[in-house]
Amino acid sequence: MPTPFEYAPAPESRSVVDLASSYGLFIDGDFVDGTGGSLKSINPATEEVLAEVAEASAADVDRAVKAARRAYTRVWSKTSGKDRGKYLFRIARLIQERSRELAVLESLDNGKPIKESRDVDIPLVAAHFFYYAGWADKLEHAGFGPDPRPLGVAAQVIPWNFPMLMLAWKIAPALAAGNTVVLKPAETTPLTALFFADICRQADLPPGVVNIITGAGDTGRALVEHPGVDKVAFTGSTEVGKAIARAVAGTDKKVTLELGGKAANIVFDDAPIDQAVEGIVAGIFFNQGHVCCAGSRLLVQENIADELVARLKRRLSTLRLGDPLDKNTDIGAINSLEQLERIRHLTGIGDDEGAERWTADCDLPAKGYWFAPTVFTGVSQAHRIAREEIFGPVLSVLTFRTPSEAVEKANNSAYGLSAGIWTEKGSRILKVASQMRAGVVWANTFNRFDPTSPFGGYKESGYGREGGRHGLAAYLDVV
Amino acid sequence: MAARLEVRKTYKLYIGGTFPRSESARSYEVTDPKGRFLANAALASRKDARDSVVAARKAQPGWAKATAYNRGQVLYRVAEVMEGRRAQFVDEVVASEGLTARRAEAVVEAAIDRWVWYAGWADKLAQVLGSTNPVAGPYYNFSVPEPTGVVAVVAPQESSLLGLVSVLAPVIVSGNTVVALASQARPLPAITLSEVLATSDVPGGVVNLLTGSVAEVAPWLASHMDVNAIDIAGVDDPDVRTSLEVAAADNLKRVRRPDTDDWTTDPGLTRIRSFLETKTVWHPIGV
Repeated sequence: MPTPFEYAPAPESRSVVDLASSYGLFIDGDFVDGTGGSLKSINPATEEVLAEVAEASAADVDRAVKAARRAYTRVWSKTSGKDRGKYLFRIARLIQERSRELAVLESLDNGKPIKESRDVDIPLVAAHFFYYAGWADKLEHAGFGPDPRPLGVAAQVIPWNFPMLMLAWKIAPALAAGNTVVLKPAETTPLTALFFADICRQADLPPGVVNIITGAGDTGRALVEHPGVDKVAFTGSTEVGKAIARAVAGTDKKVTLELGGKAANIVFDDAPIDQAVEGIVAGIFFNQGHVCCAGSRLLVQENIADELVARLKRRLSTLRLGDPLDKNTDIGAINSLEQLERIRHLTGIGDDEGAERWTADCDLPAKGYWFAPTVFTGVSQAHRIAREEIFGPVLSVLTFRTPSEAVEKANNSAYGLSAGIWTEKGSRILKVASQMRAGVVWANTFNRFDPTSPFGGYKESGYGREGGRHGLAAYLDVV
Repeated sequence: MAARLEVRKTYKLYIGGTFPRSESARSYEVTDPKGRFLANAALASRKDARDSVVAARKAQPGWAKATAYNRGQVLYRVAEVMEGRRAQFVDEVVASEGLTARRAEAVVEAAIDRWVWYAGWADKLAQVLGSTNPVAGPYYNFSVPEPTGVVAVVAPQESSLLGLVSVLAPVIVSGNTVVALASQARPLPAITLSEVLATSDVPGGVVNLLTGSVAEVAPWLASHMDVNAIDIAGVDDPDVRTSLEVAAADNLKRVRRPDTDDWTTDPGLTRIRSFLETKTVWHPIGV
């Protein structure tokens, strides 16, 4: 297809990021050496090593939890809500001041396009701290009774798809409510969390209130199972979420889980079709589809299916895949080789089970991990690509005839994180939204996030909410 | 003249609005605290538990779709019908719990009043627990509480009536349906309560009541893949609690852990909140 414009490369400079060759663990206000092994964090767009980070051992985890406990008992539980709030406001401002550096680093470590890290991730990070800062001295007005109390030490394990944003979703409400935290970023994307440690230093946050330990699954398990933690917050796969639910059985630990999804994005025949196409693209190709609430199942009304899919393919052919630091890039790198192989495996199953694959015609860079935007049509509800979370830029298209069939198909999933509805009819939006067994419903939009807006799943997409007034409950001694 | 010989009641299960015996045809002897025979109660089986879940699932969409005003009236109706059977409940609480008549009266009154309290919440929950959210963009964004779905409840062991009402009402007021396992040793007030529910406009299947063994039945409810949440208030053994929580993780049931034995205090909103989901809806604002 002829393109109306030729794009010159417009790379963002990476000179704003000053990376050390290796990092230790941030415990009790200082970077310390770990006693375990080390991991290499690589740039998934180039496969170059960005830095080495420590793999925290069980002993390191214990040290971090004890530091958090000490900070809770001696300092943070005695710090007024007003002052906790002021620390959080400081952090929000520091994030804004260092936003370019954080955005570039996020794109380097994660592979997401700079326009997303710059315009979505990091601004939302600052907004999240700013929002919860204001709650810290107003907890008695949050609707949980006159004197809600913090839980103590929170163990927080976050994924690699929105490293800094997930950190904000975890740390901001925890600190506002008066808890101290030990946070483990994902093994493939630890770097922005380590830079956040420096922001804590700049904010003069008391030592031990925030501890950042890097590592892989074993480190996460040791943290979650540590008897000294009062709260476990996890974002990641449903499989690990279930393991955590089993691990905390019989304890007093409070748990919130934000897990996988297989969202239906329902397009009715009266939908504004160009707008819907943009929404479908935002729904599944934002962040390479590495989004738990991605609109990975397109449910389109049968009589407009051919036209919609044709327009969608035309639109996908204009997406630019490549260097995440290029400001023109729409689709960045797949975060890891492991994830790329999972996407290849599941899409291979899509072929085997008889769905029809279409892939956008774009050149993939020679180095790095890449997967071109892909659409499967002729997908049935029994297909694994309609049931399992692929967590990549892969859309499965199913059709329906009546609204009730759309609802039934949308809800036919063990997951229940999000859903999309496209129609010009307001009464239909409200009806279908009320029938979705999903925690977030986007009507005539998709993948919008805001610190004031509660987010979280039904069914096997987890429990608890993050964001808004509701998000405070996860870190207070209330139900 | 000889005293009239009493007509005794057969105590059965309550599933899908009907009163079957256990499909296993088993029963167990229920005695008062002094060991005197009171009745043979049905000893519910795994299949009874599964049948109850099917009934609860079938009833759930309709109950959730009823208006909050309607659900509130139905719960209030339960209180009305209980009031009419006050004397019977007092007798059964005396027999089951070994209380004095006076204390049993207080318990029954508290149980009736608890229905009234929860009845009033039906049409206020969404206002108190929901919100409109001031997102930074041209979107109308609101959050509403919705029922979690089918909830399994292991009712308190000691407080056979007030405890039971205190765990049932907060589950159903928001539109959940329930499969409850009554106090194992003191099941009789629960059965009589089910007779009240059957005549109070509570649709069949909204509340299903089983009698029997916690150790036998609760694991089937905890591991059932079509149950969305479990309240283990009446599970006293810590090892059983742990194993039920582990089983509940198979489909990530919401678990309400035991936290009180005192059912006389202000219940607050926490039990209601435990069995709610929050749904957030976004829509663009434009012309």
